[in-house]
Amino acid sequence: MFYRETGQFKTSYGADQQIFPIRQDRIGVGLVLAVAFLVVPALAGEYWFNAILTPFLIFALAALGLNILTGYAGQLSLGSAAFMAVGAYAAYNFQLRVEGIPILVSFICAGLTAAGVGILFGLPSLRIKGFYLAVATLAAQFFIVWCLTKFPWLSNNSSSGVISTPTVKILGYVFDGARDKYLLVLAIVSVMALMAKNMVRSKTGRSWMAVRDMDVAAEVIGIPLLRTKLLAFAVSSFYCGVAGALYAFCYLGSVEPDGFSLDLSFHILFMIIIGGVGSILGSFLGAAFILLLPILLDVLLPELSSLLHLQLQGSTVSHIQTMVFGALIMFFLVVEPHGLARLWQIAKEKLRLWPFPH
Amino acid sequence: MQFFFEVLIGGLLSGIMYSLVALGFVLIFKASGVFNFAQGAMVYLAALSVVGCMEKGAPIWLAVILAFLVMVVFGVLTERIVLRRMVNQSPISLFMATIGLAFFVQGAAPLLWGNQPRGLDIGLVDEPIPYILDTFGIVVSRFDLAAAGIAAALVLVLALFFQYTRVGRALRAVADDHQAAMSIGIPLQHIWVMVWGVAGFVALVAGMLWGARNGVQFALTFAALKALPVLILGGFTSVPGAIVGGLIIGASEKLAEIYLPPLMQGVLEGNFGGIEGWFPYVLALVFLLVRPEGLFGEKHIDRV
Amino acid sequence: MARQIGDVILDLKNISLRFGGVRALTDISFDVKEHEVRAIIGPNGAGKSSMLNVINGVYRPQEGEIIFRGEHRHNMNTHIASAAGIARTFQNIALFKGMSVLDNLMSGRTLKMKANFLQHALWWGAARNEELAHRAKVEEVIDFLEIEHIRKTPVGRLPYGLQKRVELGRALAAEPSMLLLDEPMAGMNVEEKQDMCRFILDVNDHFGTTIVLIEHDMGVVMDISDRVVVLDYGKKIGDGTPDEVKNNPEVISAYLGTQH
Ligand SMILES: Nc1ncnc2c1ncn2[C@@H]1O[C@H](COP(=O)(O)OP(=O)(O)OP(=O)(O)O)[C@@H](O)[C@H]1O
Ligand SMILES: [Mg+2]
Repeated sequence: MFYRETGQFKTSYGADQQIFPIRQDRIGVGLVLAVAFLVVPALAGEYWFNAILTPFLIFALAALGLNILTGYAGQLSLGSAAFMAVGAYAAYNFQLRVEGIPILVSFICAGLTAAGVGILFGLPSLRIKGFYLAVATLAAQFFIVWCLTKFPWLSNNSSSGVISTPTVKILGYVFDGARDKYLLVLAIVSVMALMAKNMVRSKTGRSWMAVRDMDVAAEVIGIPLLRTKLLAFAVSSFYCGVAGALYAFCYLGSVEPDGFSLDLSFHILFMIIIGGVGSILGSFLGAAFILLLPILLDVLLPELSSLLHLQLQGSTVSHIQTMVFGALIMFFLVVEPHGLARLWQIAKEKLRLWPFPH
Repeated sequence: MQFFFEVLIGGLLSGIMYSLVALGFVLIFKASGVFNFAQGAMVYLAALSVVGCMEKGAPIWLAVILAFLVMVVFGVLTERIVLRRMVNQSPISLFMATIGLAFFVQGAAPLLWGNQPRGLDIGLVDEPIPYILDTFGIVVSRFDLAAAGIAAALVLVLALFFQYTRVGRALRAVADDHQAAMSIGIPLQHIWVMVWGVAGFVALVAGMLWGARNGVQFALTFAALKALPVLILGGFTSVPGAIVGGLIIGASEKLAEIYLPPLMQGVLEGNFGGIEGWFPYVLALVFLLVRPEGLFGEKHIDRV
Repeated sequence: MARQIGDVILDLKNISLRFGGVRALTDISFDVKEHEVRAIIGPNGAGKSSMLNVINGVYRPQEGEIIFRGEHRHNMNTHIASAAGIARTFQNIALFKGMSVLDNLMSGRTLKMKANFLQHALWWGAARNEELAHRAKVEEVIDFLEIEHIRKTPVGRLPYGLQKRVELGRALAAEPSMLLLDEPMAGMNVEEKQDMCRFILDVNDHFGTTIVLIEHDMGVVMDISDRVVVLDYGKKIGDGTPDEVKNNPEVISAYLGTQH
């Protein structure tokens, strides 16, 4: 009844090319942001910030980064976690080694460092495509983590590469509570999501998608393939890098190279598969799903097994979790390859016609 | 110099094991265009099934047969439930589905057979061969040599199978042209199931050899990660490529592991072990930049 | 017709192209004059598509010379071709399947847009204005091709005939000076073919766009082209006005399938 396009006539292309052309969507996004910035901080407790909200936002950012590369530009990457690692360690080193550098600047520098490394590992995309490239990104995954473990300078000579981040301080204000950190992360993620949305709805995004959908045609139109792919690698790695920095500074506080494992890369990939490949919203939905599912299983499985009078070992829960992840990935790829974002879109379309479906 | 040869031979022998896993990839890719990331998980499942059956009291020959049946059932179910419903999707989607499959198997296999690491005795011992040690002064493991022999025999059998049996020819035809394969009178789906069966068998052999060497444990799934650079090097569709690629990767990673860290230490401080983890990938990557079509692939120009 | 056929703008000299052992083109020479409609015909596998691919640099011939607007080159590349105003469509539709009609057409104007990704990210004034200005241009193409109703539809969901039309639209959006069309009417019904002919002639007429087209429908070819070049087994067997070509014995035998 209330979700309607009718009556909202666009009188200019400007109005039609707004970021959210339908008024109800604009209101909806505004509401979500208002709740996230105002209501949640007032209501949520420590556990919610630490265990759910902050990691959710950080992973959504990383998933967004991967989605730019894989969903929009069509270059499958299995090394997102490594680029997060680059971001985390770069931010740490900028803080450590550059006297008086503001933390936000070091986050940006961390993103830029990750972008540089991303470009390096994106170079083979000039000559190889598809699986070959996916396998090549594994080189980044293993090589980067190895470097971080083996070059003590990168972790300021700490044992096995563990780094502990300094306190986060902006303009004299110390972000030390869980709520403060949540708000900082939220602000950064919101701005970067907005920027991503702007990129994908303009020439930049169209070029990425063109390369993804039909590279020969893209080239014939005058889209430079290598430059476009490298830009996708750079932007994607920038997002992953910033996510990594936030992961270290605002979530865990102390990280080690092995924490950025291939497994984490796969989880980020799962986020975009389940959330929606080629969708900004999907990155958020997928991150929420992948993060909440284990928590849900942790709660449900013991209940279920006590109901069935079964013994449940700790390892069993983790095996079931792995299995469920795998099954869900296959399920979504078979049944709804565009993920949760598509389901949401379908629901909206239904709503638009409701209650008169014809 | 003796030491060099010892490392080289050790590397080549372990390279054959990589070839074996890579071969599983190549088979499925050739026949169905699916790049099956779950090949490593299949190795794990196969090895676990063997030890699982033996724990339940089956003699080894029976355990092997039962494990093979498990692999066939697994192949059939995968084809029925997942792949058949994804025929119209992009290769990348299929690839991601097999990543899901790998996770599924990695969770399901230990649920089925238990997850504690176990040994597997297939009657081979890991000790130097006295004759070679005496004459050349080089340590060559009896186990490695026997395993390499088995792997080589398997490759030979597969090659003969593809060359001389009706099914084998159909499998090759399907790789070249789906239409042509169907005109032979074998439904595509049957062919896929057969290919998964053969790949399951290859996984079984690889799983038993690797499992006997390093114990049957979760780390077996990493077999897939070892085989990927082999594929890049050899090309996804070439059986000889998988074999030669495996040998090159095996030999070069062992040599790099021994000779590279001292070189690096000459320039930088630190301990640079563990190169094996990434060296094959970087090697394959550098190689790709020079020759993107792989060792045995043909140069290909996209048709428009 | 209002248009005036001008001088030679594209001159192909002794082009040979091989794929491994396959000789796709052998020693082919012909030229294209400004503002004309030039057709390439020939049986299947004759090398017609390969010829277009050589013209805009998708394939690189082993031998020969390409003279475009007075510049001599051994081979084209896609970058120079697109920058010089050569646009094209493909035999097997090569649209961007995941994008809407509008975005497909907008992508046709990529080369004319100057803002960089940072400006896009910030939706900076210049980037925004540019997007809007080009949207207006694209809307003209949409009007011209009568596809207003499907503007926002993902192209993957469109029927074949409309996809062909959208692909023409993407090429037109670039405001090309030369348009290469690879079987623009293949697989269409009579009505769709008529529409397509009308669009092609209109473009040629109003904008003076030079058109090189491959087509199997002889009726259409004879109707709309000024000159025709005939290929068979990678060799040129005829070149001239439709009437000349129609009466060329070699062409007739190629089409009737006699042995050479
Ligand atoms: N990328 C390629 N790689 C290998 N061979 C090719 C390639 N492109 C074309 N060929 C070969 O070159 C020859 C000419 O092909 P081309 O597509 O130019 O013919 P055509 O005249 O367009 O035919 P059709 O009417 O069927 O479209 C054919 O033998 C074809 O197989
Ligand atoms: Mg053709």
